[in-house]
Amino acid sequence: MSIRSTISASVLAGAVATALASFASAGPMTKDEEKAAMAAGKEKCYGVSLAGMNDCAAGPGTTCQGTSTVDFQGNAWSLVQGGTCANIKVPGDRTGSTEPLTRDVPS
Amino acid sequence: MRPIEPGWPGGSGPDSSFPEMFARALLDPDRETPPVVAGPHGKAAAKRYNVYRNNVTVSLINALAAIFPATQRITGIEFFRAMARFHVRATPPGSPLLFEYGRDFPDFIERYEHAQSLPWMSDVARIERAWLDAYHASDAEPLTPQAFGSIPPEHLGDTVLLPHPATRIVRSRYPAVTIFSANRGSDPVGQIEAADPEDALVTRPKLEVAVRQLPSGGAVFLTHLMSGEPLGAAASAAMADSSTFDLPANIAGVLAAGAFSDFKFGG
Repeated sequence: MSIRSTISASVLAGAVATALASFASAGPMTKDEEKAAMAAGKEKCYGVSLAGMNDCAAGPGTTCQGTSTVDFQGNAWSLVQGGTCANIKVPGDRTGSTEPLTRDVPS
Repeated sequence: MRPIEPGWPGGSGPDSSFPEMFARALLDPDRETPPVVAGPHGKAAAKRYNVYRNNVTVSLINALAAIFPATQRITGIEFFRAMARFHVRATPPGSPLLFEYGRDFPDFIERYEHAQSLPWMSDVARIERAWLDAYHASDAEPLTPQAFGSIPPEHLGDTVLLPHPATRIVRSRYPAVTIFSANRGSDPVGQIEAADPEDALVTRPKLEVAVRQLPSGGAVFLTHLMSGEPLGAAASAAMADSSTFDLPANIAGVLAAGAFSDFKFGG
């Protein structure tokens, strides 16, 4: 028995029980859950990608990824870190949006 | 190194073996080209020798850049390489294994005249060096919550935990973990508003190195556990260090991080 120990055995046992309880329901993640968790950290952000650099969605007549034709095109999105989209500022007092925008859309 | 056979120019005594003579001036541009290095017909070979000088210096700077990417991102490439060059010349590697290099670099950064305005940078570098140590540490299965839960309650106070080979702790007076995390990836660095001291726990339970920020008292708790003190004493020390030390959360945290590999009864 350690002399320096001032913590009682019952307090310690209680702490360990509480600590272990937090693992009780934590089974390993399945591959699908992992993918979902990773995806959850990202969000679609419209109106922030440079021309040709969008991840997807640039309107009718395009094949999507990398097809936006103007900088910060409003209907093209990029995947960004979740929660950061609306804080992304692009030149000219414009910001990103998680919904498609009508600005900067080529006619 | 094999002592040089008599007959080499300038070669005599244990101090002047060929590798020794060749290497001595590699990291010191002020030294003369060693006399053992000569071109055909005994011509001077300063330019040829400088090729080696350049290769050695550049490859060691590259090694530091690879070991300390967040540090380089903070300083920028030019600043980093200039700082690294000074360090390479002052402290050449002591081991032929390049992944062992750079252990003295964080201390060098701490003293480096031009890095004094970034006092937290040496701690970021310490986390990076710990990251590589964890990466190359021996593999071991981490202690599972199930195994830990099998310890009879009356033995808990005297239980000694055996550190996982990869586990490292880096304490900092600065928000080093936040700065490390923000600069280690390739995502843009946003505004960092943290100002509180942060301690890092570095682990590698499987193949991936993980860096966590320790809660209040966590570093004291872990340091005592890793030095072989039993659980009861380590918990007491942590409580004495921090009034907000949360024992259940810290036990759950070290188990989740895989900081330990086994336990025994001692004390």
